Amino acid sequence: MSEPFPADSVGLVEPRLLHFAEPLTLECGRQLPHYDLMVETYGTLNADASNGVLICHALSGNHHAAGYHSPNDRKPGWWDSCIGPGKPIDTDQFYVVSLNNLGGCHGSTGPASQNPETGRPYGPDFPVITVRDWVNSQARLADHLGIQQWAAVVGGSLGGMQALDWSTTYPDRLRHAVVIAATPKLTAQNIAFNEVARQAITSDPDFCAGRYLEEKTMPRQGLMLARMVGHITYLSDASMGEKFGRELREQAYQFGFDVEFQVESYLRYQGERFSENFDANTYLLMTRALDYFDPARPHGNDLSAAMAQASCRFLVLSFSSDWRFAPARSEELVNALIDARRNVSYSQIEAPWGHDAFLIPTPRYTNLFTAYMQRVAKEHTHAG
Amino acid sequence: MRADLEIIEPWIEDGARVLDLGCGDGTLLDYLQRQKNVSGYGLEINPEHIETCISRGVNVIEQDLDKQGLGNFRDNTFDTVLMTQALQAVRRPDMVLEEMLRLGREGIVTFPNFGYWRLRWYLIRRGRMPMSSTLPHTWYNTPNIHLCTFKDFEALCYQHHIRIKSRTVVDDEHRFRWFNRLWPNMLGQIAIYRVTR
Repeated sequence: MSEPFPADSVGLVEPRLLHFAEPLTLECGRQLPHYDLMVETYGTLNADASNGVLICHALSGNHHAAGYHSPNDRKPGWWDSCIGPGKPIDTDQFYVVSLNNLGGCHGSTGPASQNPETGRPYGPDFPVITVRDWVNSQARLADHLGIQQWAAVVGGSLGGMQALDWSTTYPDRLRHAVVIAATPKLTAQNIAFNEVARQAITSDPDFCAGRYLEEKTMPRQGLMLARMVGHITYLSDASMGEKFGRELREQAYQFGFDVEFQVESYLRYQGERFSENFDANTYLLMTRALDYFDPARPHGNDLSAAMAQASCRFLVLSFSSDWRFAPARSEELVNALIDARRNVSYSQIEAPWGHDAFLIPTPRYTNLFTAYMQRVAKEHTHAG
Repeated sequence: MRADLEIIEPWIEDGARVLDLGCGDGTLLDYLQRQKNVSGYGLEINPEHIETCISRGVNVIEQDLDKQGLGNFRDNTFDTVLMTQALQAVRRPDMVLEEMLRLGREGIVTFPNFGYWRLRWYLIRRGRMPMSSTLPHTWYNTPNIHLCTFKDFEALCYQHHIRIKSRTVVDDEHRFRWFNRLWPNMLGQIAIYRVTR
């Protein structure tokens, strides 16, 4: 029988739920007494555990980064374009670890999980999680897997911020940080968009102050609006223009306020689908984690002082049409790394798809990413 | 090995901090990393070159000198700032030269000599903009928008109070020739200058 999956796919994968019994103290001062992380791994860990690559997900991502959960899956994991045999993160050479972050809604402990103190879902009582908290929980995951030092920590967008935080929080535990379409801090405009998304959710009557699970409702409308506004920021004017232009759903204007233009239909569809699969409290947490991220802050707003703590090598990539985390933000990071005399390479990749470009394989992006990861792989094959 | 690498190498201290403007495929930095244990960065805009640098493990930053300048680098960040075969292609060579010596203690610059006798002869004989193996482009479509002679360059250094520490004149394959030294501005094809404040 022929394989049902493409040759460069990791194929059928199975997530694992790992339990961590030791309490985790969070940046907000509160503690999680114990927690679960939903994890997927691809490839094989080598004898000296030197080929581990950690994938950090973005705002709405999860542990399922590559491969298929069943032969009937229509779509593979969210970063299947970059993870697999012969792909930039080559699973023939690396042991790839991908997880659903704390506070998530795809199996890891989050607002929809049961609060051990009350026996009911955490809901709004789930502590506010930061990028640092994620990195600390990921370090525990590395311990559990027997990985003392990652070959690389890799992430796009909010995932890139986790890679950055790894480099300064656990400098000895990674050799490379790959930071794609990220930023060393959100701008006022970024925070403003997040606030609109949060307001959309919290003002939905079905939000019930975050206790919608107990009330057996769902703030679908709010979550849909949040996703719609978010989605606009992930695309570019040019890519939306090319995809939809001013195309109408009917031949002529209907002179009403229902869906008239294809772009409206698309956004509503994306929002609705998202609202069926995502937890509203998780969305609030993830956007807040984005807002709070600012590694320069404890260093008198001197980013290079923050980055001086790192010892790994960096690859920083940005995309020309990304206006959510514009190339200038990546360049701010690169300049701080140069100032701090860290090893860094940087490229701005020409791509029309806005922020989403980090998920879309283009020859230049794929080639650069592959070239870098091959270089990373050489280190552990030579050492091993 | 490229002959200019051999000439430049003794001018670089062991473990120096180096910036290479227009680093190409990273050959020079790669060589200096291995021979002299230097650290630093190359600046480049050509996508294929950037990829090759990354494959080699050379730190490369995508940055366009003409559009972005060098304002993102602090004063005295480097021991040596290099620019091989690119001075004639930037919009303001004088300002780039100034910037090089703001960022580094020393600058090393190589460029083709427009005073080379063959180019002069080409112009006299044909009355048209010279073309040669080192300068293969037509006047209207050339990256070399600021060609100069050795004398021009030295006059610029004098005006800007830049000291020339040494000058090596070679042919287009970076070989030494006795006649290059005899009358460099007429007989030399490429000059490698080592400059400082």
